[in-house]
Amino acid sequence: MLPKPDREAPPMSDPSTGNGGTPTHAVDIKSALPRDEVAHERAAEPRECLAVKGLNLYYGEKQALHDIHMSIPERCVTAFIGPSGCGKSTLLRCFNRMNDLIDNVRIEGEVVLDGQNIFAPAVNVATLRRKVGMVFQKPNPFPKSIYENVAYGLRIQGVKSRRVLDKAVEAALRGAALWDEVKDRVHDSALGLSGGQQQRLVIARAIAIEPEVLLLDEPASALDPISTLKIEELIYELKRDYTIVIVTHNMQQAARVSDYTAFMYMGDLIEFGKTKTLFTNPRRKQTEDYITGRYG
Amino acid sequence: MNANTRMPTWLADWFRSGSPGVYLTAGAVSFSLVMVFGLLFLITVRGMGHFWPAEVVRLSLNGGDTKYALGEVVDEETVSAQRLLDNGIKVPAGQLTVHRVLLKIGNRDLHGFDFQWFNDTEYDEVRRPRKAVVIEREEWGNYYGFVTGILERDQPVTYKTSPWPQLRKRIARAERLRKAIDEVQNEQMGAINYALERLRLDTRRLELDGITSGPPLEAIEAERGRLKAEYDELAKRLATLNERIARDVLTVETVNGEPGKIPFRDIVRAFRPNAMSLTDKLGHYAVKLGEFVSTEPREANTEGGVFPAIFGTVMMVLLMSVFVTPFGVIAAVYLREYAHQGLLTRVIRIAVNNLAGVPSVVYGVFGLGFFVYFLGASIDQAFFQAALPAPTFGTPGLLWSSLTLALLTVPVVIVSTEEGLSRIPRSIREGSLALGATKAETLWRTVLPMATPAMMTGLILAVARAAGEVAPLMMVGVVKLAPTLPLDGNLPFLHLDRKFMHLGFHIFDVGFQSPNVEAARPLVFATSLLLVIIIVALNLAAITIRNRLREKYNAAET
Repeated sequence: MLPKPDREAPPMSDPSTGNGGTPTHAVDIKSALPRDEVAHERAAEPRECLAVKGLNLYYGEKQALHDIHMSIPERCVTAFIGPSGCGKSTLLRCFNRMNDLIDNVRIEGEVVLDGQNIFAPAVNVATLRRKVGMVFQKPNPFPKSIYENVAYGLRIQGVKSRRVLDKAVEAALRGAALWDEVKDRVHDSALGLSGGQQQRLVIARAIAIEPEVLLLDEPASALDPISTLKIEELIYELKRDYTIVIVTHNMQQAARVSDYTAFMYMGDLIEFGKTKTLFTNPRRKQTEDYITGRYG
Repeated sequence: MNANTRMPTWLADWFRSGSPGVYLTAGAVSFSLVMVFGLLFLITVRGMGHFWPAEVVRLSLNGGDTKYALGEVVDEETVSAQRLLDNGIKVPAGQLTVHRVLLKIGNRDLHGFDFQWFNDTEYDEVRRPRKAVVIEREEWGNYYGFVTGILERDQPVTYKTSPWPQLRKRIARAERLRKAIDEVQNEQMGAINYALERLRLDTRRLELDGITSGPPLEAIEAERGRLKAEYDELAKRLATLNERIARDVLTVETVNGEPGKIPFRDIVRAFRPNAMSLTDKLGHYAVKLGEFVSTEPREANTEGGVFPAIFGTVMMVLLMSVFVTPFGVIAAVYLREYAHQGLLTRVIRIAVNNLAGVPSVVYGVFGLGFFVYFLGASIDQAFFQAALPAPTFGTPGLLWSSLTLALLTVPVVIVSTEEGLSRIPRSIREGSLALGATKAETLWRTVLPMATPAMMTGLILAVARAAGEVAPLMMVGVVKLAPTLPLDGNLPFLHLDRKFMHLGFHIFDVGFQSPNVEAARPLVFATSLLLVIIIVALNLAAITIRNRLREKYNAAET
């Protein structure tokens, strides 16, 4: 079993001095980091939103997550990074119990949201998912109009009033920075939008039901660089109102958008801490190897 | 392998290039196309020629008692003399083959048959008399001969040179009166009879409940009295109409001078094919074609139209669609979305697929045994006791036919709906679930609408199969001649218990069960063509709907 990552622990090594042949992109990461004062960050220590306690997950016989402990802070962006198959998406999908859809999945341990273990039998999955929204890797708008896509969650909650829906749809589309682009054609098919617009539509759809947590599973991996930039800007805006957890392959992206970063490897949480600290002063060798491009 | 048996290099190269495969596959496609178009061409030519006003020829016969023969040339052929000799027909000695023509001579009331073969040796001269007239009659088939005069109340009508203006006017008048009679007899009187029958059932129902006197019975009695008075009124009107239509009589004579009388009420139409211009013929053709698709059959289905059969076929297919679609879709949803995907589900799936291969006549037997005898009889016991022992639903009818065919076609709907459901991307389902929708809400709001094109595909296949099915229907509701349509103006308008006519069965009946096979043969082809057209039309309608749906959802299926 791995030691529980400790945010206060001193750095174990420094990637800029630890390696002779530092790949160029590692330098980019550092330049992308916000250059805030450490003392300033400490003063604004956020509250805990999601607490993961001793989470083990098995696909049949195979264990995919090993005893994960972590505390995800409220109204911050937390990024999960790690090589393919390391379990970061699996962990993310635990938070809104998307893994329930897969046969043969067994989960041990707890994820606590609002003081309640979300795996408790008394928890209504649909209610949980209203509190924990999710955006997927590929844009997945429904084959309906833009309006109906955004109103979908509200309609399911039984909202029928045209006025309420109109307002909520506009607010959500504005929130997802899509309103100006689609306001004249909200009743056209959502499938006519570009990939980047579709992804922002899906985000609008998720925030229309005002969740507490927004899970983003590689939200920009299927998009072009300009759309990616827009999504990243959007994430920066959204963290004022929502706790955001993002899974990404792209380390620059993690460095740019996140406040906290968790590095996972082979189903273990290797290191979890402030993004700036993790990228500049990784405490563990594996983290350092990964962010400097030794593997992944 | 030694060098001698090896094929030449160019040949080996040719095989390796795949060209033979291309030729083979292209050949298979061409063959199929030739077959399909050949079939369509055959039934079109043989069927559509029937409505063309063929010229009437007069043969001068040499020998025998009759001098002339008058009729349409239907067919000609050359047969071996031996075959004719074997059948007892005299052939001049030394002749090996005989050329002969088949004439539709009509006048069945005089000869007892409509068609007759004439050998080349039996006649000398062939003429096409311009005055020869063909009279289509309500009974006894066509009359071929010449018009000699018109009688009005047994008094000859005078006309200048040609009787035709008078003739046309009077045929039109008779047609109008015939329609009026039909209206009174079939619709108004039919409605009263229907109401009377219901009153009888009401009385019987009260009787079964132990009520034999009192206000309800008196009310029924009063109603019955009213209806009877109305009926008598109609009967009087009918008598007047019958008197009026009997006013005119046409006098005619055959080609051999035999006189005859044809009341105008029996004349459907009269025309002189030899004197018709091309425009006249085209007009005649259009009228005949219109009659074929819009009127009821006459004379044991060998004359007139096939409208009830068209109506029955379409009605039955529509009803079947109404039954089969929800049932198949619900079954598929359970199998694909809810059932645990294990051995049992696999076995069920295989069983469903195999059901599609069960011979349709077996379904007919099942329909008769289960639907008609068991379900129908139970329904009669429970709800239509007053009508017993006459069965209401416990007899073959439209409902049971539709249900039997729905059962026959439910496998294809299940299979294609399941395929459609499995094609819907997981991401769409997850997207819906992630917004707090339950599985049922996701299914209802997103998955099922997206699977509608696949359901339509299933329905198209089902319709294609059901519309062509005849064997099971013969057991569960199709009849040679249904007196009434399953849809009419009497409450409850749609009569699911009634027997109906069907084009497929009509083809069989006209072709093989007809008393007048020669006359019916072109009708077999015409009806076949009509059946093909109707199935194509039904399919095209369904395909259009499916394509619309696909357009709506297609981008999501990438």
